[in-house]
Amino acid sequence: MGEDAESPKINHTFLRDYVTEADVISTVEFNQTGDLLATGDKGGRVVIFQRETEVSLQWDSGEYNVYSTFQSHEPDFDYLKSVEIEEKINKIRWLPQQNAAHFLLSTNDKTIKLWKVSERDKRPEGYNLKDEEGRLKDTSTITSLQVPVLKPTDLMVEVRPRRVFSNGHTYHVNSISVNSDGETYLSADDLRINMWHLGITDRSFNIVDIKPANMEDLTEVITAAEFHPQHCHLFVYSSSKGTLRLCDMRASALCDKHTKLFEEPEDPGNRSFFSEIISSVSDVKFSHSGRYLLTRDYLTAKVWDINMDKGPVETYQVHEYLRSKLCSLYENDCIFDKFECVWNSSDSVIMTGAYNSFFRMFDRETGRGVTLEAWRESSKPRAVLRTRRVYTGGKRRRGDVGVDSLDFTKKILHMAWHPSENIIAIAATNNLYIFQDRVNPETQAQ
Amino acid sequence: MINTMECAVDAQSLISISLMKIHNSRTQRGGIKLHKNLLVSYVLRNARQVYIKEKYAEIYRMQQYEEVMTVCNEIQELNPLDLEAEDAEDEEQARAACCGEEVSVCGSPCHRGAVQPAAHCRTPGALSGCCLLEDVGKEPEPSYYRSCCMEAPPAPHCDQFPANSSAHCNKTTVLDLDTHVVTTVENGYLHQDCCCDALQCGQGAQSSAKKRKVEFGCCASDAEEAPDFTAARKRAKREDCSYSAPDYTDTSNISNLISIFGSGFSGLLSRQADLEQICSKQALASLGAWTRAIVAF
Repeated sequence: MGEDAESPKINHTFLRDYVTEADVISTVEFNQTGDLLATGDKGGRVVIFQRETEVSLQWDSGEYNVYSTFQSHEPDFDYLKSVEIEEKINKIRWLPQQNAAHFLLSTNDKTIKLWKVSERDKRPEGYNLKDEEGRLKDTSTITSLQVPVLKPTDLMVEVRPRRVFSNGHTYHVNSISVNSDGETYLSADDLRINMWHLGITDRSFNIVDIKPANMEDLTEVITAAEFHPQHCHLFVYSSSKGTLRLCDMRASALCDKHTKLFEEPEDPGNRSFFSEIISSVSDVKFSHSGRYLLTRDYLTAKVWDINMDKGPVETYQVHEYLRSKLCSLYENDCIFDKFECVWNSSDSVIMTGAYNSFFRMFDRETGRGVTLEAWRESSKPRAVLRTRRVYTGGKRRRGDVGVDSLDFTKKILHMAWHPSENIIAIAATNNLYIFQDRVNPETQAQ
Repeated sequence: MINTMECAVDAQSLISISLMKIHNSRTQRGGIKLHKNLLVSYVLRNARQVYIKEKYAEIYRMQQYEEVMTVCNEIQELNPLDLEAEDAEDEEQARAACCGEEVSVCGSPCHRGAVQPAAHCRTPGALSGCCLLEDVGKEPEPSYYRSCCMEAPPAPHCDQFPANSSAHCNKTTVLDLDTHVVTTVENGYLHQDCCCDALQCGQGAQSSAKKRKVEFGCCASDAEEAPDFTAARKRAKREDCSYSAPDYTDTSNISNLISIFGSGFSGLLSRQADLEQICSKQALASLGAWTRAIVAF
């Protein structure tokens, strides 16, 4: 892993350690080609990075630079319930590209918006009635007619909202997922999942509703949802109880009854006060092949085969050393952190975040995991990322970090993996780290 | 069931921490987070389970201790000592103070009755405050019914019995001899009165009885005058001395929270199959129904 590019956001170099709440990155997503990388933050802004295509020097290729910045959502207020609606961008999903423009969906707690990102590098010149600045000419000065021509100008990136999908959700939206049919997408909140058509904003179909008749009977909520990458009728959603439900929309209009329920029986010996919290699934992702599911709960990452619902086929311990610290993590609210997880392009490696700016990668073939760090002090541009270790006993090596010295404010929650190459984007609070694998830039297809 | 050994914080602190979280979530930006509050409620339920089990285990231990004391007294009877009279009196009061709370299930009279000599006459009626308690897997004798309003075995110098407890049969009192904390369960509110100072106890029956009389008098009058939550707040203030964590001394908010939530959270309750539902439904009622705040959507 070689390169390190930091997000050129608001420059706080003189206030190095001071992080504005609004600058905290809340979501990261590559588009389908990997040329564009979008990040959303707590202030409701979206920043899009574009990969440099010019190969001037061999090691300069592939740098991501800021392409566009825009304000996606503003703080809002629900007057009926007297509650503020945060502008924080919860998720961004790119649409498959169909023409020169790029489209992405961004959502906060309540409203989903479709944005069109287009380039303009020409502009018409030579108007008859307007001068260069756009002011109307005095008609008496016009002596001849000319045809306006398109002249190249500096590249301008325009971002315009094309659709606003509002009033679809009573609870907080946690996921959006674009269907493989290219026409519809789903949005999920705590209790319901809606399906929308990209062209229709005034209505949506409710496909899952787990709200009990009596709210006092509530035992679980929806935590994440995603469409199958190839089958447009299949989607999966995870719950706070640690279960996954695969639903087939061909079976019925309302998919309250799952087609498959994925559940791992609880280990009674491990029961503690916080068993329910740590079993809550924070993220679910289909593999690129569509055969496997990757889930993340507080201490582990699990791979499930959609053909087998009795339990996961692989379980990876992300930070098992935290199991004895659950009490203090509950007190400081860290136990509620929602970590994301991602597949690499060939589904051979999975990656997820941890604390102390650490993130972990697991090779599925060998089962081995490695810990890496996203921290500016230890990574310089083009430096090789070295592996880190958390000391949990046995022989202590130099550079090992003790469990009690972990910084729980530095958490890696959001990340993305390039769809075809070994390039990863890691969000660490208000910084974005982009790492590239120089040794194996292209992932070997399996 | 729940492994509490790994937790550095005890069940009671967890309950107060959880309630504080729920309370704070009401003022957080962005509205109440349903998912987080649901998870906090699970912790609350687990902590409550452990707390109640511990309490009952304590009562069981005290009852066993009293058993031992009874046997000792019987032995002492053969060699009469001055302490006998006092013990007898104390134990008599112990029985009298044993009021039945909601005598939902009153099984057979206490097993202890069998070992009590005739000299210490204890009316089975006084023991009617039996609450069904099948302590799972802990006690050796399953037929042993313990009173959930069991009075602590009398220490020679302590007067543990509130003067008016016999008058209020809906109140039960337990004294923890380790921490000298008096716990009352009344109308479903599980709270602790001021710590009984060991010295005060030593001073004799009068002062502590009087002290508690005043407290309960206050409580009683408050309950009459003001709605429940005011009384709960006053009682909660006395809890301050028993809470070790200084961060959570704002118990008035917690008690407000407790009192505002009136009904049960049956979704979680339904998962329990055991006695807790019977014995502690009232305690439970006070901790449940946080969804009132959340259903404010």
